Amino acid sequence: MPVLRIRGLTHYFGGLRAVHDFNLDLEPGELIGIIGPNGAGKTTVFNLITGVYRPTEGEILFNGHNLVGKRPDQIVSLGIARTFQTIRLFKNLSVLDNVRIARFARMSYGVPAAMFRLPRYVREEAQTRERALELLDLMGLSEQANWVASSLPYGLQRRLEIARALATEPRLLLLDEPAAGMNPGEIAELMELIQWIRRRFDLTIILIEHQMRVVMGICERIKVLDFGETIAEGTPAEIQNNPRVIEAYLGEEAVA
Amino acid sequence: MKRPSFPFVSRVSAPLRATYESLPSPVRRWTMPALLVVFFLVALLSPSFLNLYWQQVLIYVGINIILTASLNLVNGYMGEFSVGHAGFMAVGAYVASILTVWVFPRWGLGAYVPYLFPVALLIGGLAAGLTGLVVAFPSFRTRGDYLAIVTLAWNMIVKSVLENIDAIGGPRGFMGMQKLTSVAWVYVWVVITIYLLRNLVYSNYGRGTLSIREDEIASSLVSVDTRKVKITVFVLAAFFAGIAGGLFAHIIQFINPRSFSILKSTDVLVMVYLGGIGSLGGSILGATVYTVLLELLRPLQVWRWVVGPLLLVLLMIFRPYGMMGMREWRFLVPREERVESVAALMARIRRKREAVAAPTPVGGSSD
Repeated sequence: MPVLRIRGLTHYFGGLRAVHDFNLDLEPGELIGIIGPNGAGKTTVFNLITGVYRPTEGEILFNGHNLVGKRPDQIVSLGIARTFQTIRLFKNLSVLDNVRIARFARMSYGVPAAMFRLPRYVREEAQTRERALELLDLMGLSEQANWVASSLPYGLQRRLEIARALATEPRLLLLDEPAAGMNPGEIAELMELIQWIRRRFDLTIILIEHQMRVVMGICERIKVLDFGETIAEGTPAEIQNNPRVIEAYLGEEAVA
Repeated sequence: MKRPSFPFVSRVSAPLRATYESLPSPVRRWTMPALLVVFFLVALLSPSFLNLYWQQVLIYVGINIILTASLNLVNGYMGEFSVGHAGFMAVGAYVASILTVWVFPRWGLGAYVPYLFPVALLIGGLAAGLTGLVVAFPSFRTRGDYLAIVTLAWNMIVKSVLENIDAIGGPRGFMGMQKLTSVAWVYVWVVITIYLLRNLVYSNYGRGTLSIREDEIASSLVSVDTRKVKITVFVLAAFFAGIAGGLFAHIIQFINPRSFSILKSTDVLVMVYLGGIGSLGGSILGATVYTVLLELLRPLQVWRWVVGPLLLVLLMIFRPYGMMGMREWRFLVPREERVESVAALMARIRRKREAVAAPTPVGGSSD
């Protein structure tokens, strides 16, 4: 049974058709890439899956749960986490707090338990603190736990964003251009990191990326969007030789 | 971010802290509770060595600390701009006063009113907390300036509703309260308020509140139930404002709707931004400094009411983070949350991982 099943997903911004008839069946453990020129609707697909927008049409099923109409926090609690194209950390908060905030739905004590420091609060907080620090340690951020997030260098901010997504305990991870703004060395490190967290946390991953090196290097399957339409789908080798893809990226003359 | 520093403060605080750090740990653990008890005894005995005027100033300082700390939760920690805090204060003041003046005596409890005072305050706070929902629900869909207008409207609605209920005096106001608020009572409520708010701030809900200020969309996308957090914050802020209102009513013994106008809300705003957003220590500092300042400016008469709004404008331009913005007094940070505790735990976790020698792709052990 697929982890994620998307049928006929369509979204309009006013008169603009951002995504049209998008379909996807994602098997557990798969790593697929979504590519396409700017404005092709890639990020919109992520926003539709995570409940930021409500689709005009179509259905999204995640492990049998219908996601359409659910709030983002409910969707995240079901096990879908994401990162952002432009980094969206909680800039003025500590690295540790950034990760702990992502455990909001995994903690169950109530407001009175917090205000009166009841045993349940003490227990869950201790557990969360430890889990968050363990995760930071795994992600190579152990030295920076007390830092303010905005003071991290760019590469570490990207890594913290991934750590924060992992802290929600996802089954499905959506990465939105994680390699944006990275140099070749950092990109190689990132590719290694993505494959490692996939094994370590047993994840299914959808990756939006402009860096062909990343997509072709680690994705098993690729979908190509252009103007909201799916124009091609297949293995990296198939995509590289697909005339429609070449046309979308390089223009018609290049094909002819 | 630019943060102000105060060399003259650290010149005094550094030696004090050094002395404190040199104490053995059981002594350190009990220093704070012991100080709280000592201050309580001083507050209890204050009528014997302070004249009525200074007692009253202290009481106002305490009431303002409660108002400021609770509004800071909304404006500082959550980053909304509520300008109607006096509306919640009014609800607490009227409910508590009606209880002590009418309800308790009518139930034949007239003699016990001084003992039932905390109950009246709590019920006043609960009533105010309930009205906090009036602002909480619009906040689901409205942010920033628009929500500020909702809170402004709330303040005005409360005032005109009170002016139009003749049974509680209408515009003439409500009186007959005994002078039940003492320095000791205010002290106790301040300590309770700061303790409870501190616990909340360093919890899942407190962090959720901060994340809404930082980036609301991102916070809901890392599983924060923003609605639940907003309800919690608005209701609790209103609750404590209600408590402050009850205390206020039982010191001046006469309340009218004008006492809870937008001017009062502005005062609280000034104290929040003067002390510093996102800081309970800042709230204590801001409320104290501003209250004392207004007393010192008494000779200016009506003109002193220009000082507040003017100060607010200047603060927002030149010192948007206030005296203590985003920082906290060390004793207000729970022990396990302090920087060195976190670092120690981190070191332990790292040693544990290195013992198992699980490889990570990011070289976590090398740096």
